[in-house]
Amino acid sequence: MALTSEDIKKIAHLARLQIDEQDIPGYARNLTEILALVEQMNSVDTSGVQPMAHPQDVSQRLRPDEVTETDQRAHFQQIAPQTEAGLYLVPRVIE
Amino acid sequence: MGWESVIGLEIHAQLMTKAKVFSGASTAYGAVPNTQACAIDLGLPGVLPVLNEAAVRMAVKFGLAIGAEIAPRSVFARKNYFYPDLPKGYQISQYELPVVHHGRLDIVLDDGTTKTIGITRAHMEEDAGKSLHEDFHGMTGIDLNRAGTPLLEIVSEPDMRSAKEAVAYMKRLHTLVRYLEICDGNMQEGSFRCDANVSIRPKGEQRLGTRTELKNLNSFRFVERAIEYEIARQIEVLEGGGRIVQETRLYDPIKDETRPLRAKEEANDYRYFPDPDLLPLEITADLIESVRAELPELPDAKKERFIRDFGLGPYDAAVLTATHELAKYFEDTVRHLGGSPKLAANWVMGEVSAALNRDGIDIAASPVGPAALAGLLKRIEDNTISGKIAKEVFEAMWSGHGDADQIIESRGLKQITDTSRIEVMIDEVIAKNPQQLAQFRAGKDKLFGFFVGQVMMVSKGKANPAQVNEILKRKLAG
Amino acid sequence: MHNLSIKRLVEALRAKKFSSRDLAEHFLARIERFQERLNSFITVTHDQALAAADAADQRIHAGDAGPLTGVPIAHKDIFCTDGVKTSCGSRMLDSFVAPYDATVVARFKQAGAVMLGKTNMDEFAMGSSNETSYYGPVKNPWDLARVPGGSSGGSAAAVAARLVPGATGTDTGGSIRQPAALCGITGLKPTYGLVSRYGMIAFASSLDQGGPLARTAEDCALLLQAMAGFDPRDSTSIDRAVPDYSAGLDKPLDGLRIGLPKEYFGEGLDAGVARVIEEAIAGYRSIGCEVAEISLPNSGLAVPVYYVVAPAECSSNLARYDGVRYGYRCEDPKDLTDLYKRSRGEGFGAEVKRRIMIGTYALSAGYYDAYYLKAQQVRRLISNDFKRAFEQVDVIMGPTSPSTAFRLGEKANDPVKMYLSDIYTIAVNLAGLPGISIPAGFHDGLPVGLQIIGNHFEEARLLNVAHKFQQETDWHTRAPMEA
Repeated sequence: MALTSEDIKKIAHLARLQIDEQDIPGYARNLTEILALVEQMNSVDTSGVQPMAHPQDVSQRLRPDEVTETDQRAHFQQIAPQTEAGLYLVPRVIE
Repeated sequence: MGWESVIGLEIHAQLMTKAKVFSGASTAYGAVPNTQACAIDLGLPGVLPVLNEAAVRMAVKFGLAIGAEIAPRSVFARKNYFYPDLPKGYQISQYELPVVHHGRLDIVLDDGTTKTIGITRAHMEEDAGKSLHEDFHGMTGIDLNRAGTPLLEIVSEPDMRSAKEAVAYMKRLHTLVRYLEICDGNMQEGSFRCDANVSIRPKGEQRLGTRTELKNLNSFRFVERAIEYEIARQIEVLEGGGRIVQETRLYDPIKDETRPLRAKEEANDYRYFPDPDLLPLEITADLIESVRAELPELPDAKKERFIRDFGLGPYDAAVLTATHELAKYFEDTVRHLGGSPKLAANWVMGEVSAALNRDGIDIAASPVGPAALAGLLKRIEDNTISGKIAKEVFEAMWSGHGDADQIIESRGLKQITDTSRIEVMIDEVIAKNPQQLAQFRAGKDKLFGFFVGQVMMVSKGKANPAQVNEILKRKLAG
Repeated sequence: MHNLSIKRLVEALRAKKFSSRDLAEHFLARIERFQERLNSFITVTHDQALAAADAADQRIHAGDAGPLTGVPIAHKDIFCTDGVKTSCGSRMLDSFVAPYDATVVARFKQAGAVMLGKTNMDEFAMGSSNETSYYGPVKNPWDLARVPGGSSGGSAAAVAARLVPGATGTDTGGSIRQPAALCGITGLKPTYGLVSRYGMIAFASSLDQGGPLARTAEDCALLLQAMAGFDPRDSTSIDRAVPDYSAGLDKPLDGLRIGLPKEYFGEGLDAGVARVIEEAIAGYRSIGCEVAEISLPNSGLAVPVYYVVAPAECSSNLARYDGVRYGYRCEDPKDLTDLYKRSRGEGFGAEVKRRIMIGTYALSAGYYDAYYLKAQQVRRLISNDFKRAFEQVDVIMGPTSPSTAFRLGEKANDPVKMYLSDIYTIAVNLAGLPGISIPAGFHDGLPVGLQIIGNHFEEARLLNVAHKFQQETDWHTRAPMEA
């Protein structure tokens, strides 16, 4: 699958990545090469093979319903780019 | 040409766990912003989710209550999208394999018939935070206290055919989740939220029309009005030769209309995939059985029992089991009263409900509790007061003037049952109204009521009405 | 002091031959001396280290020393360290001071280790050469014109250059084993689920695993002992008893069945590396091991599968870096989309962006089945290959890397060529198996690593097999000229 500059723009938007116009052809070339590598997978027949999402065949452990966390807002907001009145600020969200 | 509307609902019910679904932060409502957002809720680098057992048990409980299949193995997936109230850039939800599927719920229609609504699936997911749009120098503030609160998303089949049916289904579900004590049902606080999928098609057509999704329906009334508006809008579009666009529409309760959420919303591509930080959830038969053992009596079973054991009519039984709290209030009253369920039912559905409605109070917070009410009803039963006086006593109790006996005593409302005292009053009334007496004796039977009224007036309402009737009949006959 | 193993350091500290403070000062001085040449650290925690060393000395004097009390270590800058910058090699987290400790970090503190600093790494652990770091490349102490490998290149170079006796790393597709091989040290990637991932910044959640880098297997056993074990905060952590990794190091290897996958010795393997590996295998034969050729038929598909699974997971894992709650935020965003796009566009380097885009594409509507689902199925086949192999043999051996350390810049502009430098390590992560790389000799003056792969939770066996080799050879004692 050869990716075009248009494809790169669409993917970059979906991933919310700013890509400079002059870098787009380079990304298109690299990603096309990577996809060519990836598509070697198609050399093997996988019909009926159970997909493997985890390396271990175990099930989810459950945690008791207990409140274990205390307020650390001041601590956590020390590293925040912009806060006010305890809120994280972002450019206005238009509904 | 006639149109048929087709409606399906997606209900988000917040599960009443103490801690969040994947973290140990509190879910309590109304905390100071971001004080209940821990490292995991904030999506700090390196943090990982661990699943809350109570959320799983609540989902299973719901599944059992709607006769659904409980998946022995279900999977958590990531729904990827960027939004400031979604800290990780993805929401953990269940996609291909939900924990509950293929359930059903019966609703009662206006004509008294029952209709079964299919429930396609119910899955666990985490809630997002909140965006606050007050002006912070033209910016939006983000509060992540709600992020990570467990939700059960309950998706119905498109089985409803009118706004009324949709509301009946939603109310039934609302009752059920509170009966099960898995959701507080508080719609103002967003604990029980509804989106509606609405389409129309010509009557007799089997294929579904293009649907729109309605959001922001945070009361039963809004659900009904938004759906009605949307059906009318769709009919107008189609009859005008237009076509329906599949889109998300927001209900505006002030203008009472729906409008597209975003003019040109880009197609979402959520890139769902199994969350590698969480393993498949296995629900064992043991877990299901231990949840089943905790199931409370469900509304339908309770209604049948009220009819069978209390001799109530189906209508009264349905009203009294509409909510868990109302049913409990009624049963507690009967218990304190030691019987007389019909009297209790009349009062709970009558005076008590009217007063609650008038003052906008929840039954759980009623100023007259079941024991106090039973205390009042006992005095009706033993003829200490009449039903009419009881209403006066009830109002006094409601306003905090004490219990029934105190009020009866202090206001001297005790019924007069002394025959000789009643006879004196009757004699006095007859003596004062010779003309009416003559007319009555001449055959004007209607005047009997006049004499009763006069006697009650003289007794300030305290004479026992049955005795008054009996003695009056005898004396008037001459 | 810097040539002593961790085992010897523990003994010497207990015997009060020198203090923990002496040791910390000595290593801190070496770090400072070599920093310009090697660039192996992002942050040196000089003051905290000395304070921790003093506390360690008090514990030793009070007679309540833990297993690693007073031993200097360094953490890869992917592990969150409370109050200390945790950059993950990225501009995105250049300002990020972690507000909590990773479980691994907390366990090392508990064991008494003294952290000297945070080591350099490929950005978000995405790279095989350490050239994608926002803080510049790490140099290989054996040849400053060459890469140390990646992504745990800073840890590997620092251990090789004797700037620290042991360090932590993480391995998603070879990121502990390959730099260990290229720097001539020992590096262990444990079974998936043995070491907690809590606080270890995620690259690809189903593949990432933390592990130790040190000069010897014996030292790796001591470090792994501190790191391993169940953590209730990680759902993928396995709840099982942790064995004593040092107890069985000396067990004889008579009758050990070694499998050599024929696919690991074919095209693409540098002839000089092949020769060193064959000599190492001959060494095992000479101490009583049985060697047999085996086949891992789908191993050629490991790299293709990995470049779907890892980018897919990373595209989602790295979505949280949005300039809202922490980390880099662009100047004057004009709207929300601009905030996202520029913060992420400016905060991430080219390789990270490539992988996010590949992963986004592989998961997007219409491509999921062809890429992601297919990759998960082939992953199963690769895992099954190992299952069958371990029915026949006890361990699998082969080269860690197809070549010795390559030149800086040699593969930097050719992602696919770079990716293929991990052809022998990636399958192990896909299957969740443990693997260790040990120094096996030299080719043209550069170290060659032997990879030993075991079945799930067979770390003790791998360490035993590695240790016996190190008793017979002295490759692991060789120090680079630069040290």
